[in-house]
Amino acid sequence: MSRVIESLRVLLGGEPKRVAKKDLPQEVRELHEHKFSDKERIEAIRIELEHKKRKKMPEKKRRLRWAVLIAVNLLFVVSYYFDIQLLEGALTASRFAGFHMADLNSALQVMLAFKHVVINLLIGTTTIFVLWWLLGGRTFCSWVCPYHLVAEWAEMLHLKLREKGLAKDIQFDRRTRSWLWLLFAVLALATGYTVYETISPTGILSRALIYGPGVALVWVGLLLLFEIFFSRRAWCRYACPIGLTYGFVGATSPFTVHYRLPNCYHEGECRKVCLVPHVLDTVIKGKAQAMEVDIGADCTRCLRCVDACPTGALTFKYKGLGDLL
Amino acid sequence: MSKKPRLTPKQRARRKFLGSIALAAGVTGASLLGFVPVAAKRLNERLRPPGALFEEEFLAACIKCGQCVQVCPVEAIKLADLTDGFGVGVPHIEAREQACDFSCDGLQCVLACPTGALIHEVAFPSQVDMGIAKVVAPAKCLAVQGKGFKGLARGPDFKGKLRYAEIDRWHPLQVADHPYDLELCDLCVRQCPIEIQIADCAKEDEKKRESLGLVAKRQPGECPPKHAIELQPIDTGDGVKRMKPVILEGCVGCGVCEMICPVEPAVIVIDSTESREKSRGMRA
Repeated sequence: MSRVIESLRVLLGGEPKRVAKKDLPQEVRELHEHKFSDKERIEAIRIELEHKKRKKMPEKKRRLRWAVLIAVNLLFVVSYYFDIQLLEGALTASRFAGFHMADLNSALQVMLAFKHVVINLLIGTTTIFVLWWLLGGRTFCSWVCPYHLVAEWAEMLHLKLREKGLAKDIQFDRRTRSWLWLLFAVLALATGYTVYETISPTGILSRALIYGPGVALVWVGLLLLFEIFFSRRAWCRYACPIGLTYGFVGATSPFTVHYRLPNCYHEGECRKVCLVPHVLDTVIKGKAQAMEVDIGADCTRCLRCVDACPTGALTFKYKGLGDLL
Repeated sequence: MSKKPRLTPKQRARRKFLGSIALAAGVTGASLLGFVPVAAKRLNERLRPPGALFEEEFLAACIKCGQCVQVCPVEAIKLADLTDGFGVGVPHIEAREQACDFSCDGLQCVLACPTGALIHEVAFPSQVDMGIAKVVAPAKCLAVQGKGFKGLARGPDFKGKLRYAEIDRWHPLQVADHPYDLELCDLCVRQCPIEIQIADCAKEDEKKRESLGLVAKRQPGECPPKHAIELQPIDTGDGVKRMKPVILEGCVGCGVCEMICPVEPAVIVIDSTESREKSRGMRA
């Protein structure tokens, strides 16, 4: 329980809690102390990392994730284009083979603005809640959200430009997202308009794919330009209320990225690729509070850290399925 | 270029704080710009799909998914762009391009709507309240001029579709494939879905009475209780047979008359303003 509360606190923008060395469990303390005595192992990791740097290995899980993301979004497009009625609607609300599904954040906006919930919306919202609880909450972001994909491409460009000193990475306070979430909820309730939907790049992109492009894409373009030149992944990190909504759902999800302290040699490769590095605070040397740690709610389960980790300290697991995965 | 002085942690925190405020303000401000088209009442002129709640409620209830778009057999429904502000992704109909001709019979868009933005209580076209047709330029009307109409109502390049039930009951057909030859132009009345339905019901009643001596049993509203449009004779004393279209109580504002009117620009157009302000999407 305390793990969930801590994970929600960090999700809302709090700094990860740090524990004084003396308060750590003894086995953890000992491990931290003796970790680097195995010089051979560390040399082997160093060589592996250098090899990796020279010869870029394909990130297999990332490719799989992109394939899934594109497939889901294409299913909407194909379903409408060929009129096969398999997945009707857009990401904000849809029907899969006739079953209602409603995006949790869009549904929330509508409920607060309209102040009336029809049964179909309730069914759709519940279905999606259960689905994403099972799948990990913010898994929606990295495996389905079309903005996430274009933002990842923009991020690649951003990193290249940063190397050349042509772009900045302004850091914002992560609590901004929580305030925006609250603000948009209050605005929907008070004004009776689904204010957030107006600028939701997820909704805009999903509809643009299915129903054709429009002026709204200019807004998405501006967001991407901002991310490329001024702040890495700013929208997903500091602003998007959808991410927070799904973060709440994922806080207790059985699907998590799993960290094993004994395997970790603290190179920090995982944090370099992570969209939300604060969830990986535990991998910093001396920070882990247990031998095994489940990564928190803000994690999008994109699994890039799993690909990046040279020592297999990060894996993903599905609680209750043991080692089946 | 002079090197920037290093910031103290306190200055850095302050800068981050102000930056975050600016980010939040920027995002909120951008979203609130969506209020501009709403405040300008620009959206009230939009013709909305059948069953749409009055404008304020409709914008609140619509989840912007376009399921109504996908089920419409004549593809009459379009989603608005960001220029509609809070109305982005909300469905509307451009009647002149493609009107709602009710060729789905069962109001598929209403059934598809997951949030009740299109009110689920409407079951039949005659119960709908989208707006009302208005004859805006009577002098240009062919019937008023006593003229007939021969040819394609909207020219060979027109993309719109209509159900021509006598040819194909189940699939809407291209208007551009259907030339007319009328002694006096009566397209707005002839193609009115409400008028067609009234005629169909009467025919059905007739048939049943002949064969069984019974009256067809129907649900309320299945057959439109009131006429929507008719041509009334006008006498200008010059001996020319002239008629003028008159909109009646049964008009639901579907826009077929506006679409089919062969005069450019259309003599008859839908005015949805009043319905959008007051109606709950259905007739009282």
